Amino acid sequence: MATDFGQFFLHSLPNLMSGLGYTLFLTFISITAGFFLGIVLALGRVYGNKIVNGFCVGYIELIRGTPLLVQLFIIYFGLPSIGIIFSPIQAALLGLSLNSGAYQAEYLRGSIQSVESGQMNAARSLGMNKFQSIQYVILPQALRIAIPAWSNEFIYLLQYSSIAYIIGVAELTAEGKFIAAHTFRYLEVFAIIAIIYLVLTIVSTEIIDRIAKHLSIPGIGAAKRVSLRDI
Amino acid sequence: MALETLIESLPSLFDGLVVTLLLTAFSIILGTALGVVLATGRSYASRPIAYLILIYEKILRGIPLLVLLFLIYFGLPQIGINMDPFTAAVVGLGLRSSAYQAQIYRGAINSIPEGQIHAAFSLGMNKLKAIRHVIIPQMLRLSIPGWSNEFTILLKDTSLAFGIGVIELMRQGRYIQVRDPDLILIVFLLIALIYFVMVFIANKTLRYIEKKYQMAGYQMEVHR
Amino acid sequence: MSMLEVKDIYKSYGDVQILKGVSFIMEKEETKVIIGPSGTGKSTLLRCINQLSPPDKGQIWLDGEEITNRKTNINKIREKIGFVFQDFNLFNHLTALRNVSIGLEKVKKIEKDAARKRAMQELTRVGLEAQVSQYPAQLSGGQKQRVGIARALAMDPDVILFDEPTSALDPELIGDVLDVMKSLCGKVAMLIVTHEMGFARNVANEIIFMEGGVIVEQGSPKEMFTNAKMKRTQEFLGRIGALYGEEETGG
Repeated sequence: MATDFGQFFLHSLPNLMSGLGYTLFLTFISITAGFFLGIVLALGRVYGNKIVNGFCVGYIELIRGTPLLVQLFIIYFGLPSIGIIFSPIQAALLGLSLNSGAYQAEYLRGSIQSVESGQMNAARSLGMNKFQSIQYVILPQALRIAIPAWSNEFIYLLQYSSIAYIIGVAELTAEGKFIAAHTFRYLEVFAIIAIIYLVLTIVSTEIIDRIAKHLSIPGIGAAKRVSLRDI
Repeated sequence: MALETLIESLPSLFDGLVVTLLLTAFSIILGTALGVVLATGRSYASRPIAYLILIYEKILRGIPLLVLLFLIYFGLPQIGINMDPFTAAVVGLGLRSSAYQAQIYRGAINSIPEGQIHAAFSLGMNKLKAIRHVIIPQMLRLSIPGWSNEFTILLKDTSLAFGIGVIELMRQGRYIQVRDPDLILIVFLLIALIYFVMVFIANKTLRYIEKKYQMAGYQMEVHR
Repeated sequence: MSMLEVKDIYKSYGDVQILKGVSFIMEKEETKVIIGPSGTGKSTLLRCINQLSPPDKGQIWLDGEEITNRKTNINKIREKIGFVFQDFNLFNHLTALRNVSIGLEKVKKIEKDAARKRAMQELTRVGLEAQVSQYPAQLSGGQKQRVGIARALAMDPDVILFDEPTSALDPELIGDVLDVMKSLCGKVAMLIVTHEMGFARNVANEIIFMEGGVIVEQGSPKEMFTNAKMKRTQEFLGRIGALYGEEETGG
């Protein structure tokens, strides 16, 4: 039984590795794209005029008010009916990035607002314009404060990228489903998949913690760790 | 013509909505009940038990919901545990939510000053009574914002029950798409709107409850 | 033409009128101290001068340029007006050295090495050469404020505005900061809002007494402390003297 399982595991390894590759690819691209989108939206909310702010709020609330799966369905199944056609992987990247952007915007806004107003006053008093003040004084602090929340967002994306399976991306969960359907060993296969995700979660949390420690500055960002989905 | 088909399909969307709401209701109940037990266990039970709870939470928070649903629905029958898709979805959503909720309640417990339990002891309450009459009532109030957040997440996450064949809102949407492919965009926009309205109503209601049960000058910060 | 001219400044927050027509002038290298009860608009006046809170009415000129004119590039003006905050407002993410050099690097566009060399000089001047690589959270209140002063000095301003620079400090740390300020007398113009009467008396060229949003009286320390004309000034100085005693000074 044990050797049997070992062989079976070895046999499915290449498939699992390729699925893992897609999962990581989806996660890294979407967290990065979502980060830039999030910064733009957060700055729009904090510093924008009424119209910009309203637009950002609208976008963020629409995304956060609907399930990721619906968003993926609209992009992948819905948009072709008006002539916009994406491959599964493109649709997944787009959906995950747009989704993550809204969540990242919310906690980036929180961390921007948690930088005391005196910092902006001091920057302006030195003769910096608003843009310079944001670039050199506000963001370097806000981004550090946001690291714990960002770490949660990374894990969120890592896990929710599994939804891309439903629109046909051959990521980790999809490969698992494929192997299981051919071997009828659902329990073992999904246990292995679960362990891979678990290890990925633990390892990436650890890596981000190290990065945070490396970037940490006395007195900044001692913000408490927030729950993964408290975003 | 397309409009007619759309109107014809509204009842099936309504059926889907009911299933989505039932999924949400059952799983939030399971998640809350279990979450409270886990959180109090982690704070007040013996060390080995607290440690086991910690491991349970780490595991359930560390694997994707979809994988968890697959494990329960496709995997468990291999060892003789069979569930219909709806039950499997409730179990999966509920267990996962319990791990997140436990974290919320634990945060709340930690923010209750130690003096509270000392005061309960000095009235002659034993540990169990102190937890029940002093800690849990405060903990629940402090947890309302976090719980609200979890509720809307769960509501959205029920869409993943689609993956194991529960005929909820998303699945009904796909059925309509199969019947009339032209309707796809409008149907899923409509479904998005339904979710949005549900999340909106839930947020407003829960915010109201949160305000009503707020203990004066005593609340917990929550990252929304 | 005086270096700084403030003419008939009015400022309200909501319904509350804080400044009700304040005018005064300052010359190069002069040290002027503004005293008066709390909530009387002293800090607001400083914030009006560097436009952190633009006045509702009135004009301000610096070296003949009208600050209050909308067409004036306020960022250029602020380079020439140093500001030292009550609660320091050091940039939390930067070391003491970078706190002082960032204005030079990013605003004055001075090359990095030169900027940091200059920052080093200023920090040495305020006695903090040993703390250059510390972050604000690692400094004492008095040290923070001295970094704040060095940050303002490094920009070679025409005038430095001090907004109650010692109010947030523990009593034993006040002396160091006042010593630094004293050492700057006659080298750069300073407009100082403070409750340190001893310091005002020993160091100021002129003292302005404000109450209720207007300047009640101004004059040399000698005139003000021994021979104030207005009854309100006498009362205020009397109360302060009774509260803190004569020895309460800035070293």
